[in-house]
Amino acid sequence: MKSLFTQQHLQITIERLAHQLLENHLDFSDTVLIGMQPRGVFLSDRIHQKLKELIPGVSIPYGMLDITFYRDDFNTSPELHIAKETQINFSLENKKVVLIDDVLYTGRTIRAGLDALLDFGRPESVELLVLIDRRFSRELPIQPDYVGMTVDSVAAQKVKVLWKEKDKKDEVVMLD
Amino acid sequence: MSLSVKHLLGIKDLTPEDIDLILRTADNFKDVLQRPIKKVPTLRDTTIVNLFYENSTRTRISFELAEKRLSADTINFTASGSSVSKGETLIDTVNNILSMKVDMVVMRHSASGAPHFLAQHINASIVNAGDGINEHPTQALLDAFSIREKLGDLKGKKVALFGDIMHSRVALSNIYLLTKMGAEVIVCGPPTLIPKHIEKLGVKVSYDVRKTLEWCDVANVLRIQLERQNKPLFSTLREYSLYYGINKAMLDSLKKEIIIMHPGPINRGVELNSDVADSKNSIILDQVQNGVAVRMAVLYLLAGKKEE
Repeated sequence: MKSLFTQQHLQITIERLAHQLLENHLDFSDTVLIGMQPRGVFLSDRIHQKLKELIPGVSIPYGMLDITFYRDDFNTSPELHIAKETQINFSLENKKVVLIDDVLYTGRTIRAGLDALLDFGRPESVELLVLIDRRFSRELPIQPDYVGMTVDSVAAQKVKVLWKEKDKKDEVVMLD
Repeated sequence: MSLSVKHLLGIKDLTPEDIDLILRTADNFKDVLQRPIKKVPTLRDTTIVNLFYENSTRTRISFELAEKRLSADTINFTASGSSVSKGETLIDTVNNILSMKVDMVVMRHSASGAPHFLAQHINASIVNAGDGINEHPTQALLDAFSIREKLGDLKGKKVALFGDIMHSRVALSNIYLLTKMGAEVIVCGPPTLIPKHIEKLGVKVSYDVRKTLEWCDVANVLRIQLERQNKPLFSTLREYSLYYGINKAMLDSLKKEIIIMHPGPINRGVELNSDVADSKNSIILDQVQNGVAVRMAVLYLLAGKKEE
């Protein structure tokens, strides 16, 4: 097991990502944040919190999306996936959506996420923010717009982001 | 995580974990049903036949909607107007349908045990949509979902089942489900409509409607099933209504608010007066709405069940 990110490093990176979002969206008047269930939500919680500190008084619509029912491996996956909660209490019609996930790997989760998003309206644009981009392992033509860290890894390895809320500590590790 | 069963033949075969999984999955589908686009692509390569050997309004429409909301292809079969009248057997009928690449069967039949019999002869998953006087598992699941939605949890809740316990498959499925999930159950009705030894299922028996209403958090009022009663079990509907029907004056005289449920169709003025069925205590139409989400959950979990 190799540590890629320590807690302090993670905090700085999240701060940077929040600033990059701010740079591109400024007042967030038409922008909404969507965290991907299950583990992208920990990251989107932090980013949302950070943005609230950076631009106090502005309320940014924030939701979470579960893509279980949109997966492309319902029949081929060795296990049945159990859905988590989706909470998007606003329309995405003509909004700029920032989709947030912890690790971008094959791109299939994001593909499903894009499908699911359309059921909530037609967004003006969709951007993708990820903490870890495992490059050279994409199975679909999907690329992130904001990246915390780019990692080169082989399929046998697994990159896991640990969160204090769930795993008792903040850290990014690579498991062989 | 998945269900412990390949078919949903009855609540009797489910574990409390299965029931919990179905109800939690139904929460997610209920959310899908509130969206502008009430449909997910999950079962797009699944074909489901709705095999109805007995009449139905709610259950058949609810299953069909659930299947469509999951993007499954559906075929509707009703016994009347089919080759059943030419003498084709159940197994032959089903095998012919399955040979056209159908993956799942939803079946209602007037004979108790018909889906269990079919399960021994075909490979496809079967969902029991009501078999004779045995079980109606999806109804019990949607009842539980509706109670849980109103009261938070089933454990420790007091549920009374009123009316024709003897002929009601809804009653039996509810008894299995509620006792498995830790609710307290009383069945209440005229002695002729309550089966002997029903206490063995873990329920109490009462013949006093008023006392039972005073006791319960939820009153699930069941339909008098005249079509299944071969001999008279009470003298007249009027007499039944007088002694065992539930009316608004009774509810108003209770010291607390209770929830009124009914699986439908209602015999208005017999087991339930209109002023109760349409009152704010009644969650009868919520039950119907929840039925679609619960059936989506059942179909999703069975279709996704992996071969071991």
